[in-house]
Amino acid sequence: MSTQEGVRVALDRIASDDLNAFLDVRADEAIQTAERVVERVGAGEDLPLAGVPVAIKDNICWGRTTCGSRFLEHYVSPFDATVVERLVAAGAIPVGKTNLDEFAMGSSCEHSAFAPTRNPWDKTRVPGGSSGGSAAAVAAGLVPLALGSDTGGSIRQPAALCGVVGLKPTYGRVSRWGLVAFASSLDQIGPIAKTVTECARALTVIAGFDQRDSTSVRRESEDFSAEIETPVQDLTIGVPEYARSERNHPGISAGLERAIKVYRSLGAEVVDVAMPHAEHGIAAYYIVAPAEASSNLARYDGVRFGRRAELAPDEGLEDLYAKSRSEGFGAEVKRRIMLGTHVLSSGYHDAYYLTALRARRLIKRDHDEAFETCDALLMPTSPDPAFRLGEKTEDPLALYLEDVYTVGVNLGGLPAVSLPVSTCEVEGSTLPIGVQLIAPAWGESRMLRIARMLEREVGFECTPALGSG
Amino acid sequence: MSDLSADDVRKVARLARLRLDEAEVEAERTRLAAVLGYVERLQQLDLEGVEPLTHVGEQTNRLDADEVGGHLPNQVLMDIAPQTDPPFVRVPKVLGEGGGA
Repeated sequence: MSTQEGVRVALDRIASDDLNAFLDVRADEAIQTAERVVERVGAGEDLPLAGVPVAIKDNICWGRTTCGSRFLEHYVSPFDATVVERLVAAGAIPVGKTNLDEFAMGSSCEHSAFAPTRNPWDKTRVPGGSSGGSAAAVAAGLVPLALGSDTGGSIRQPAALCGVVGLKPTYGRVSRWGLVAFASSLDQIGPIAKTVTECARALTVIAGFDQRDSTSVRRESEDFSAEIETPVQDLTIGVPEYARSERNHPGISAGLERAIKVYRSLGAEVVDVAMPHAEHGIAAYYIVAPAEASSNLARYDGVRFGRRAELAPDEGLEDLYAKSRSEGFGAEVKRRIMLGTHVLSSGYHDAYYLTALRARRLIKRDHDEAFETCDALLMPTSPDPAFRLGEKTEDPLALYLEDVYTVGVNLGGLPAVSLPVSTCEVEGSTLPIGVQLIAPAWGESRMLRIARMLEREVGFECTPALGSG
Repeated sequence: MSDLSADDVRKVARLARLRLDEAEVEAERTRLAAVLGYVERLQQLDLEGVEPLTHVGEQTNRLDADEVGGHLPNQVLMDIAPQTDPPFVRVPKVLGEGGGA
């Protein structure tokens, strides 16, 4: 298939999408980009992602960028994110922007101001979040590659719920320039694709130092897919004790056991690791992340860009701030801003925020100590497979607890990859089950080889029952 | 710590420059109290002598060369601003009457 045909096929599939995975499709721009890729390849350029259609989560700056929020409904970014520039330079073809929980705050895509995305395995269920549009688009075969962002599991959890592979890189590996900030010490951009190898290829392209991101780290460039077929010898895999919770859905427990069995059959040693503080990750995260969000989202004030409320003649600047924000933000964003404001406010700062930061150090230390004896940690990506739309919307805490296995990675700045291992039957639907591997900082290359060992044995095929539900 | 009153919610909304109606105040009071009640479990940890970890990056401040870098022209900023009086952004009256939300 030629580059232009490939892009047209992707655009046709997106046009017939009834999942609400895309908020904006840029067909003309994609076709023009494809023509340039053909010219560049014809001129002898070696492009690692030549002609690959890619979807971009709508909190990554590229043209109109809404973040799933009424506040930015008409916002057109005057610049492109570094990751978009790098994808285009590598010959990839951005085709559109994908749906998300507003400002990436959520685990179900139901907090999008522009209606939820549906899970291609069962349209009555959520795709996970916040990168739910990206995960659903890849799972449904609309695009082979998508970018997401992961602040507390927002790449890995939707990848698991949709039966695809999601990679959260080490903090500082991928430039955040042009990623709309949610919690700056936790946010990281990463790829979602159907295979570990495709994620590795995409990471090779988007990783690397960027002067424009002050937290970007200068390191030698790596080809993450070069040795991906080489199994890791003398492998020790750690399974955190808290991840074997009785609270896990039976299908999740079965998926974890299957992965353990595969690694043992490949000669790996699989050991339990205690990690006594890791289960407190969720409590620490839901202080740290809202605290940072309350600060980051202070910029949405109705003055310089985005939504501005209509004012009565006697109203002033303070009214402009409060009215613009109250009209522009959805309930979950307001809730997190208030939570963050509360934990940072005078009289509560030490008890909440500093306590959470101390717990964060202990959680990171638990991981560091586990990596003294283990090459990687293996655990479920989420405690449940895809749940029903509306099932958890009335109880924010219940939804937050879905992040119990993903937030530790962000608090520690570590790399992790979620990949599908099995399916389970839930109320007549077949749903995918994911597990995640977590590695020491900067250990993506080895982690992806370990993931590939599992993927090869499992032979999972992403075949969502489109049309069900 | 998690006994959150309606006044606490109103205060935090004011600090965050958000306006809630009375129904929202009550609904959010319950929800925020549930989350704050949950995170209290951190008090069970022995945190004596543990330094707060604000950021995982090992690097301290990076010094860039002191030179003008890429920046957006004024016209671009005017294009995305809701109300302008080029080269300025218009806002309502700041001083005198009309302040204080």
